[in-house]
Amino acid sequence: MAIMRFRQAIATALADEMRTDSRVMIFGEDVAVAEGPFKTSEGLLQEFGSLRVRDTPISEMAFTGAAVGAAIMGMKPVVEIMFMEFLGVALDQLVTEAAKLRYLSNGTLSVPIVVRASCGSGLGFGNQHSQTLENWVAATPGLKVIHLSDAQSAYSLMRAAIQDPDPVMVLEPRALYGERGEVDTSLEMQIGQARVIRAGSAITIVSLGQLVNVCKSAIEESGIDAELIDLATIVPWDRETVLKSVKKTGRLVVIEEAPESGGWGSEIVATATAELFASLKGAPFRITTPDAPVPYSGVLETRFLPTQDDIIRQLTHAIATGEKPKTWWQIEGLKK
Amino acid sequence: MKTAKVRRLEIATDPIAQYVRMVEIRQFEEQINALFAAGLVRGSTHLCQGQEALDVGLASVLRATDAVLATYRGHGVALALGLTPESVLGEIMGKTNGCCGGVGGSMHMCDMSVGLLPTSAIVGAGIPIAAGAALAFQTQGNDNVAVAVFGDGATNIGAFHEGLNLAAIWKLPVIFICDNNVYGEYSRIQTTTPIEDLHMRAESYNMPHFSVDGMDILAVQKGVTEAVDRARKGGGPTLIEAKTYRFAGHSRSDPGLYRPEGEVEEWQKRDPLKVTEEALISRNILTRESIEKIKSDMQETLQAVIATCVAAPEPTLASIFENIWTPTKAAK
Repeated sequence: MAIMRFRQAIATALADEMRTDSRVMIFGEDVAVAEGPFKTSEGLLQEFGSLRVRDTPISEMAFTGAAVGAAIMGMKPVVEIMFMEFLGVALDQLVTEAAKLRYLSNGTLSVPIVVRASCGSGLGFGNQHSQTLENWVAATPGLKVIHLSDAQSAYSLMRAAIQDPDPVMVLEPRALYGERGEVDTSLEMQIGQARVIRAGSAITIVSLGQLVNVCKSAIEESGIDAELIDLATIVPWDRETVLKSVKKTGRLVVIEEAPESGGWGSEIVATATAELFASLKGAPFRITTPDAPVPYSGVLETRFLPTQDDIIRQLTHAIATGEKPKTWWQIEGLKK
Repeated sequence: MKTAKVRRLEIATDPIAQYVRMVEIRQFEEQINALFAAGLVRGSTHLCQGQEALDVGLASVLRATDAVLATYRGHGVALALGLTPESVLGEIMGKTNGCCGGVGGSMHMCDMSVGLLPTSAIVGAGIPIAAGAALAFQTQGNDNVAVAVFGDGATNIGAFHEGLNLAAIWKLPVIFICDNNVYGEYSRIQTTTPIEDLHMRAESYNMPHFSVDGMDILAVQKGVTEAVDRARKGGGPTLIEAKTYRFAGHSRSDPGLYRPEGEVEEWQKRDPLKVTEEALISRNILTRESIEKIKSDMQETLQAVIATCVAAPEPTLASIFENIWTPTKAAK
């Protein structure tokens, strides 16, 4: 076991994969000489040299597309999108090219690329630098989507993503880069496998990314005997672990850092409701951000993300009544 | 308090007012740095010290009915176009007196009364939008122009090439201004771009192009005037490369350690404020004493602005839900 910052866990995973597999290379904006704007590629240029660790121009379309071509021809590129929003200009290469090419080659080629992106709110970067945007990529068969929640998952799932033969999108909560956590570098995690962070019987909480920490502290603070699941992989999501837990607790809440409409959690709630309808004790529901851009003001941004207090309020209500609690904006009378 | 429109007109012809605005931008950015350190500004911020001649030179040539698309390094453009220091600082501090009511932040400046469309945090995003603004002007048959200001790094992004090509084939009244401040984020332009003179890229779009000394407001005004005149007369787009320098790092977290020793000092010899001061003194428009007075008055003015913004109210929770859609039956 080692104590590492989240960003160091990422850099260590990249380094370990590069040592293990000479096909792995990384490129992106300021990832080489500057070692990454968030220091997630510390030491890589020095150890692996400028053939395998490259700075690119500010050209997300070019370097994401180049990753696709290089992957088909035998490399395993890992590219970094500095802020998830910057994927916008490269979306074609990932969603419409990389994710489709195995299918379009009758299974004769694969595209083993990893596209990493920092995401999420809480740091006052404004609405063009604070979204999670999982829903840009989640409805893309052929693409796997991971969202990291701590140093251990950053290390183990990054390695799994690089080893995966298909395109994988890895979302990294920016607010966690500096956080320390224990990392067991021998621990393997599988894409598509959720992590049960805490066992419990009162309600199943499914979350991921930076909100896992908030869920943990809500459970500690309230003493609610919730089962907390870090979904970790959004596509393909771990139906078995989630449904098993919901069957046991009879209750489900999905806690997401994304607008209420169109979130990945809707899929979980819909599936659990349809599959386990008879064994539910209460209505499965979601705690999300409102359907609004991420506001810049600190006062607003703090309220915007699901907070510990709001999670406790909603869990308590759901367990007591079996009904879906109101959102904070409904209580404040701000929106239906 | 003066409105943005009034402040915009102040710098149209008066060289003293133009100099004062440059001093305002310089001191404003220095104050932002200090406010950041004091914890009164959160998130990130991208300062523009060294680029004041470009911002003020450009703004002095334009009309309020023209459209300007700028970037996250946009405090200077906003102030130059006339936004008050209070509306810019209020926004940076996330207060209700900010130009976006405190929900936009440092990277997002806007005031449609002086033609400043919302500045973007995405590299290159404003370039095709400027072409679109020009498309509207062309279709409407007026002689307004659109301007996109962007950094050197943006010339490597698809939106730059697609936007220039479209503007060229449609002969749109748009001026593309590349603010070549030598660095794109942490990378020196030569490491990411195979040519030295970025304006040469317009050759492949058969578009007029040239560079100007971005440290000299007179050179900026001359170049921009030429391009604007051409665009207003239906002569189509121009790419101007303003050679400038970013005295600060890329953003708050960047001290700019990648810059070779002595480079900042070398550029500081051509500090746009200094260049303007020397020109105004040699033309007997200002004296050393009057310059000092301008600077100390500005310090006082900005301290008052800071006090106002510190005291300004925070936005209410209701503002989270405002201005997402135009109020219609369906949007409720």
